[in-house]
Parts: sequence; structure tokens; C-alpha cells
Amino acid sequence: MDTKTDKSAIFKLKWFALVMLLLALAPFFLSDFRLNLFGKFLTFAIVALGIDLIWGYAGILSLGHGLFFGLGGYCMGAYLKLQAEELPDFMGWSGLAELPWFWKPFHHSWFVLPMTILIPILFALLIGFPTFRARIKGVYFSILTQALALIFVTLFIGQQPYTGGTNGITNLQHIFGFSLAEPATMRGLYVITVLMLGMAYLLCHWLTHTQLGKVLVAIRDGENRLRFLGYNPTLFKVLVFAISAGLAGLAGALFVPQVGIISPSMMGILPSVEMAIWVAVGGRTTLKGAVIGAILVNAAKSYFSENFPELWLYFLGVLFISFVLLFPQGIMGFLQKGRFEWATIILRWREKRFAKSSSPNGLPHKCH
Amino acid sequence: MFSMKSRNLRGRRFLRIPQKFILPILIALVFVSGGTVFLKYAQAVEKEPIKVGILHSLSGTMSISEVAVKDGELLAIEEINAQGGVLGRKIVPIIEDGASDWPTFAEKAKKLIMKDKVAVVFGCWTSASRKAVLPVFEKYDHLLFYPVQYEGLEASKNIIYTGATANQQIMPGVTWLLKNGQKKFYLLGSDYVFPKTCNLIVKAQLKAEGGTLVGEEYTPLGHTEYSTVISKIKAAKPDVVFNSLNGDSNVAFFKQLRAAGITAKDIPTMSVSIAEDEIRGIGAENLLGHFAVWNYFMSMDTPDNKKFVTAYRARYGKDRVTDDPIEANYFGVYLWAKAVEKAGTPDPLKVRAAVRGLKFKAPEGEVTVDPTNNHVHKIVQVGKVKSDGQFDIIWSSGKPVAPDPFPSLVSNKIVLEPGKIVDRKK
Repeated sequence: MDTKTDKSAIFKLKWFALVMLLLALAPFFLSDFRLNLFGKFLTFAIVALGIDLIWGYAGILSLGHGLFFGLGGYCMGAYLKLQAEELPDFMGWSGLAELPWFWKPFHHSWFVLPMTILIPILFALLIGFPTFRARIKGVYFSILTQALALIFVTLFIGQQPYTGGTNGITNLQHIFGFSLAEPATMRGLYVITVLMLGMAYLLCHWLTHTQLGKVLVAIRDGENRLRFLGYNPTLFKVLVFAISAGLAGLAGALFVPQVGIISPSMMGILPSVEMAIWVAVGGRTTLKGAVIGAILVNAAKSYFSENFPELWLYFLGVLFISFVLLFPQGIMGFLQKGRFEWATIILRWREKRFAKSSSPNGLPHKCH
Repeated sequence: MFSMKSRNLRGRRFLRIPQKFILPILIALVFVSGGTVFLKYAQAVEKEPIKVGILHSLSGTMSISEVAVKDGELLAIEEINAQGGVLGRKIVPIIEDGASDWPTFAEKAKKLIMKDKVAVVFGCWTSASRKAVLPVFEKYDHLLFYPVQYEGLEASKNIIYTGATANQQIMPGVTWLLKNGQKKFYLLGSDYVFPKTCNLIVKAQLKAEGGTLVGEEYTPLGHTEYSTVISKIKAAKPDVVFNSLNGDSNVAFFKQLRAAGITAKDIPTMSVSIAEDEIRGIGAENLLGHFAVWNYFMSMDTPDNKKFVTAYRARYGKDRVTDDPIEANYFGVYLWAKAVEKAGTPDPLKVRAAVRGLKFKAPEGEVTVDPTNNHVHKIVQVGKVKSDGQFDIIWSSGKPVAPDPFPSLVSNKIVLEPGKIVDRKK
């Protein structure tokens, strides 16, 4: 959030390259199952980046990102389903004999691939523009996004002949001619996910280090002042909402071939809130935090539910509550703040030990 | 001082062994101990337990139903282990939580197969969760025992369906109603794949067997406001409401129906998703005299069932009830164990082949796995709810009904062999 010198930015990118390399090497030391699982976490990390952009930087809490994730996922799901079957099975058992016209373009990858990002962006523009122009913000915006997620879940469940209903779209076989059953395909998808995560990270990094990033922070910290200065916050808000929706759509499209299913349960209120939790745990306003949070929370979820299948929800609940109580700024916030506080603690201890003379003004008295 | 010395001397004398015996004794010791270790090791290899997966929703909306099924599966495993296991090996269940979330079901199915390398999985309840794990089981060519009655139109070679398909529950239920003079049907269901497909079949059947449809309504899962629907039912004046609502909507619907002054004498309902466990939630007084169609009822008066009910209650508490899906995978575990014994190995591919055509004396009576479509031959019964929450069994098919997952009324497909489904020749 602070202005960074070019030098530190380059230093950070070196670290970025190292992490990317490590991620790309993961197939060599993870089993096929774990790699597949990790690939799923990385798609979640892409969503988290988008949410961090809008929530951490611009201060707008969207609790409906599951919707965009789902839209991207459904686009990909529709494409993969048509690769597997001429007429999707759920249309058959819903009494539909012919493919509806709006399903037909999903035969073509050149249409589907851009659409997984463009459709969520388009939706975000449609929703965002009137909302932000009417200066709906804060908790009202969060409620609105939740309502949207709920509406779409109901719509997708209700329109079973066209969407697959509660079941969603499942039983996918091939992607671009490669069988989804092959471990090699899974590894390929994983590498693509790593690349996409890297590109998304760079995009967000770049965005937050330009003028735009500063405007976003200004929207968060003092929207009225910004308006006084002659900026139009609406456009920036719509823009950042659209970008984060696009990232969620991209993540959804990467999620579907790796997990093999997209259903309304991935686009509802619950997953949307979970997505915000990832960012909260990792630390808002730090892109690294968003990525770490998404991976950590989902890894914890898998770990707990595998080892304590009947109690894992309680563990997860305790984890969330203790995180909010102990690290309100998330992991990254704690680490950054922690560095400063540890220094003060050590200094204070030294002061007590070596200079028993009364000098209370030596250090700032900070408590938390 | 003296006494110590004498003790030492005594000790030495006692331990004195002629030198020439030392080597043979040592060799013998090595052989004996080595032999025991080897034998133990060999035994351990041979008696290594068989891992099986249990995959149900232990949290979320579906947990209320699925936990009881998991309990039934664990009971069967415990009983088999108490009798010495299968092939002399103990069965070890690995439990995973599908969390009422379909992508989670897919993840956990992958984990059980790829990481834990289980021999078989018992699990799922909703059609949605089964559809989510189906590609996983087909991808890794593995084996799932699915315990719940469902809409049919599926016959995977990798799934053994121990619950009823449409022609073993819905269709006989409709026929029974029509024969009893209930001709005007009102269809009410939750808005998802099972009720919709179920009613597709009912409508085709009404047309074929001379009934009439006076209304059809779907409400979202979890819906609790039924006054509008009840007014519509009142206006339509049906002979019977065919109810495929699922979950807690049933509680709301039946309470409001009774509050509106409609009893089973005025308009009876026939339910396909209300079993003994659900009656506890809805309240027997709200369901008194209404009908349900199942393959198994807890009130069945057979020695096998009494044994099962007693064992289930002894294990999980006196107030617990058994019902159709619980029973379906209780005998599912036994069927699997029998197939393992027959195949001589827990290998899923061989067990899958061995389970076909297998018979078992289940609490509901003798069941047979159909060799072509992987469903189970089972009897069909209609029950009427009594005031104690149990069913009065008023009709039974008598002998097991052969499963037909693709009824010709709604489908032109036919199963030739497990996994091979083709269009019926006209």
C-alpha cells in the first residue's frame, strides 16, 4: 500500500520468480492426488487476488464473488460437457430433445476461453455501474452482492433443463482432446494454473503500483476527498469490480477441469463468504497475503476434514475465530506489524535490563 | 561379606554349561526366534486389514439423513469383524465427510481411491453427490455401493445400487394408488433432479394406466411456506397428493396441511422420501394415515429384521430407528464382503465381477444383485403411518421385483451388460 521504490519492486519480483519456480516444480515431489488438490487451491488463490484488489485496496467488500467464479466455471463446464456428449445428459432427463440455441456457441473453444473471463466482467459491469453510480457502498453493497449470489443459485437450480440443476455439470471427459483421467493432463492443467496465477499476480502487482492503485486506496480511505479532487470514483470502482470478477471467472474456468464438476453449490453465499475469509486470514492489502490465505485455509480444511471427519468444522471454526482475534490484519499483517513489535519488545526488555534508570520516554508505549 | 561371596559362587555354578553345548544352543535360539519373527511377519502380511471408504455428509443439510446410513455401514463392518473379518482379514473403515457439497464429494472420493487405496467405497445420498463422484469411480475403474432409492436412468458398471430404482418404488406406488381408486393426482416435489425425473415417470404412467393429473408444483429445497400450495391443492381436489418433497420442507408441508384441516382421510398423500427417520422430525401425529412406499420398513416382522433392529439399537441407542437407506447399505456391506470371499481378493475389479448375481438374506428379505444392470432385486411395500411413527404394512409385492433403471415409459435405452447402455430397437 505504501509507495515502493523501483529497487524494492525488482527485489520482490525476484522472490516472485523463485516462488513461481518452486510451484512449477511441485509435480516432481507431490503425488497425483495432492497435486490435483494443490492445483485447486491455486485456482482459489486467483479468486483471492481479485477479492484483495477490491476489498483490500478499494475497501469494497463483495460477498458475491462465488457468482463470478461460478459463471466462469459454468462456461468451461458447458464446453467440456459438449465435448463429452452431443446432448448433455441432464437435458435428456429433463425432457429436452434438442440443444438450446444459447448452448450452441459453447462447442467452440475460441468462443469459450475468452467468455470464461468476459461474461463475469460483463456481469460485473452491468451490476457495478448502476450500483456504484447510485453511491451504494459499505454493508449495503455487500448485502446486494449476497442477494445476487442467492438469486443466481436459485435460477441455476430452477432451470434444470438448461443448467443441470442442483447436480450442476458433471461427468466431463476430455479437454482439447486430452483425457481428464490421465495424470499427465492433470499435471498440464496444474502448470497452466501456476502460469495463470503468476500472470494474475503480476497484473495485480502492476495495477496496485500504478496511479490506479493509489486511487483505489484513496477510495478506501477518503472517497469524498477524492471526489473533491476531481476524480470520478464510480469509474474506478466499476473497473476494479470488473477486473476482480474477471479473475474469479478465470479461476472458475481453471477449477472445473481439475475438479471435474461445477454446481450451484460453488456459486452461492457460503463459498462467497469463504472467499472473503481467505483474504482476511492471509491479510488484506497484501497480494501475497491473499494467495497465502487461500492456500492455507483450504489446506487446513482438507487436512482437518481428512483427519477428523466428524469434528473438522469445529476445528476450522476455532481457527477462524482465533485468527480474527489474534491477527486482525491477517498473517501478512501480523508479520509486517510483528517485525516492528518484536523489535520494540526486545528493545523494551533491553531497556529494563541495562538501563534501570527511569527513562520511560525511550520508546513508544504500544499495546494491542 | 561372606554371604555375598557364597551367592556369587552359587550363581556361577548354576549357570555352568558345558562349552560344547553353547554353539548348538545359540544356533537353535537364533532359529527359533528368527522363525517366530518370520511367522509373525508372514501372518502380518497375510492378515493386513482391508481398507474400505465411507463417504457421507457428516455436516451440512444432508447430515441429518446420512449420519444414520454411515452408522448402519459401520455396524455391518463391526459385525463382520467380530466374526473374523473377510478372508481372515479385518475391515478398517476410513470415514470422509462429503459436507453436503458436491465438489467436496468428488475431492474425497479421489482421496479415498488415490491416497488411501481403499478396496471399495460405501456412500452418497443425493443424486447430485452420486453424479459428482460417478466420473471419479469410472475414471479409476473403482467400486461404489450407493444405498438410496433414486430416479433411475443410470447404470454405471462402477456402482452397485442397493436402493430402489423407479420401477421398484415410484411406479408400483402409483399403480397401487390407481388400483385403489385414487385416480386424480397432484404432484408436489422439491425443485431438483430426483422429484422432476420421478414425476416425469408418474405422468407417463398416469397416461398409460388411466389416471389424471390435476396439478404439479415444485418448491426449492429448504422451502417452508406452503399455504399457497395447500390452497392450490384444495382447489384442485385431487384424490391423492404424490409427494416427492425432500428434507425439512416435509416438516413445514405436513404441519401446515394439518393446520389447514386436511387429514389423510380427506386427501391422502403418498410419499417417496419419508421414512422412519424423517417421521421423527415431522411428528407422527402430522403424518397419521398417510402413505409411503419403500422396500424396507422397520416394522417388518421377520427374524432377520428383528436381529438387525436389535443390533442397531443396542449399538446406537434405544430411541434410534432403522429405515430403508440404512438397511440398504447395511446389507450392501455384507454383499461386498460375500463378493470378496467369492473372489478371494478385495481387488475392486474382481469383486465387481463377483458381486453380480450374488444373493443375500437381508433384513428386508432375500436380495439379489442383477447381473446386467448392477441394481438389486428387492420387494416393494406400501406402508401407512401409525401413531407411534412406525408403518403399518398394507401392501407388499410378495416377491422381489427385478430392477429396470430405464423404464420403457420414459426411456428408449436398455442395459446390455454393466456399463453398456444402448438404444432400444424399435
